[in-house]
Amino acid sequence: MTKLSAAYFALLKHWQTLTGYKYFWPVFLIAGLAFCAAASASEFLDLYLQLILIYVGINIILTVSLNLINGYMGEFSVGHAGFMAVGAYVASLLTVHVFPPGAVNILFPLAILAGGVGAALIGFLVAIPSFKTRGDYLAIVTLAFCMIVKSVLENIDAVGGPRGLLGMEKLTTLPWVFFWTVLSVWVIRNLVYSNFGRGVLSIREDEIASDLMSVNTRQVKIIAFVVSSFFAGIAGGLFAHALQFINPRMFDILKSTDILIMVYLGGIASISGSIIGAVIYTILLEILRPLGIWRMVLMPLMLVLLMIYRPRGIMGLREARLFIPLRDLVTEKLWRQKKKEAPDASA
Amino acid sequence: MPLLEIFRLTHRFAGLCAVSDFNFSIEPHELVGVIGPNGAGKTTVFNLITGVYKASEGSIKLNDRELVGLTPHQITRSGIARTFQNIRIFKELSVLDNVRIAHYGQIAYTPAEALLHIGRFRAEEKRITNLSLDLLAIFKLDDSANEKAKNLPYGLQRRLEIARALATRPALLLLDEPAAGMNPNEIIQLMEFIRWIRQTFSVTIILIEHQMRLVMGICERLVVLDFGATIAAGLPSEIQKNPKVMEAYLGVEVAS
Ligand SMILES: Nc1ncnc2c1ncn2[C@@H]1O[C@H](COP(=O)(O)OP(=O)(O)O)[C@@H](O)[C@H]1O
Ligand SMILES: [Mg+2]
Repeated sequence: MTKLSAAYFALLKHWQTLTGYKYFWPVFLIAGLAFCAAASASEFLDLYLQLILIYVGINIILTVSLNLINGYMGEFSVGHAGFMAVGAYVASLLTVHVFPPGAVNILFPLAILAGGVGAALIGFLVAIPSFKTRGDYLAIVTLAFCMIVKSVLENIDAVGGPRGLLGMEKLTTLPWVFFWTVLSVWVIRNLVYSNFGRGVLSIREDEIASDLMSVNTRQVKIIAFVVSSFFAGIAGGLFAHALQFINPRMFDILKSTDILIMVYLGGIASISGSIIGAVIYTILLEILRPLGIWRMVLMPLMLVLLMIYRPRGIMGLREARLFIPLRDLVTEKLWRQKKKEAPDASA
Repeated sequence: MPLLEIFRLTHRFAGLCAVSDFNFSIEPHELVGVIGPNGAGKTTVFNLITGVYKASEGSIKLNDRELVGLTPHQITRSGIARTFQNIRIFKELSVLDNVRIAHYGQIAYTPAEALLHIGRFRAEEKRITNLSLDLLAIFKLDDSANEKAKNLPYGLQRRLEIARALATRPALLLLDEPAAGMNPNEIIQLMEFIRWIRQTFSVTIILIEHQMRLVMGICERLVVLDFGATIAAGLPSEIQKNPKVMEAYLGVEVAS
């Protein structure tokens, strides 16, 4: 072991002194959950505001998970709404038709989870066409996938056909949304800062070189797609039980476009960017609601301006330090410090 | 027993025969040069060995194990690493991550452990990060560990590419025109560097080179390719005098 790695260990031990964010996450999680629980129990926040916050959470889940494919991996998937639909329908069928009515409340997390698993299974299948190196290939396949999901749902009478599915209880509460949002952000952050996440990044950079550097690119793509579609399914289940009504048209290509805008607004390959993009877009949509049809002009215009002045999005290819694991932050600090000690060594 | 043995390797691109009936073998710890004019098929041979292309005909064996039909990462994990004629590092990623990625096959944790950052995750990440930092230190790239790879000067990018290849722990290292874009002075340094790599990492090396100067200096044996076929093989001193080579290779070089 060199001196450097010894220093690395030493620094790791004293990470608390290296980071000012020691208390941020515990405080945020406890305060956030308490706020959500209080809001949903006492209704000091009116129901409309609560619903907006619920949509913010759902959109964060959708954006972070799509960013894994379109931002971190650099592929172009337009099928996210399709995975969302799978989750929405699986979860709704469970709570409406399968679970005993009395126990629906308790079993709700299970329904959401099942929606995620259902979407993940489909995501596994969609990963296979992504094995082809050609980029535009996946866009076409996922577009077709999105249309197939919609028309299949429209043609199954058992799930209401084109009229859709009714009868869900309003089970998506603020605390649940908070929980699932935190979970999905945490899991995807974990994936990104792991061996497999580096594999995802290297595929974006140069897929053939990545394979030649021992990265099992197929395995990486399967993991990325399964995780991404899993959380799209989770978001779908939450969405269905917030709105208490779903139909196939809600999950068409326009819904995918919404998610794409949030990804590219917030910034590719960035967790913090995804959150910023989802928050801004959801709130803007609400604020601009009185404008009616003009909203449809203003939002794309904003996207165009953004593409011109900030083509990678607000946080493109950058990350807020809060989301970088200490391990990686410490490495960075170590090297900065080393540079300071020996300024002419690098010159 | 030879480390790598290529038998009657043939590869066609839509009619063009880029490699035809190519035979080759290399013993452990040898340093062999493959030379030949532009378009002779040298890079294609590397692409066939590493699985980028699947050979039309013939066999490639590493330690008697057939490689034709394996995927690039399987071949890399069985002990062959390479660099590229045109540098192909991961430009937007840090220098450290470039090297950490090349450890992909050596990490023991599962996707589930990665998603939850549990189990072997922390220990393995620490181990791989330290291995990578140590490797970067050996290559004097440690000062730039957190720099984006694209910000390194050209020469250091080439060095990073070699470090990244060695991170996969190869028995056989394939270098595709490492001297491209270097001046004579840098080429002399590069020759030293390649010798040193062979010693330090005890790897066998196949070196593709367009410029004769480099290969004459350090290779024990040369193979000359032209139009995808071997036209001569032997000691550098013999090759230099071989009239066929003069015609195919030096002739071109003198003319251009
Ligand atoms: N992917 C490809 N598709 C079609 N032809 C190719 C391809 N790669 C190489 N070639 C052709 O094969 C021949 C050998 O190329 P290459 O192996 O790159 O030569 P060298 O590395 O010796 O300069 C050239 O005629 C080249 O044009
Ligand atoms: Mg070449």
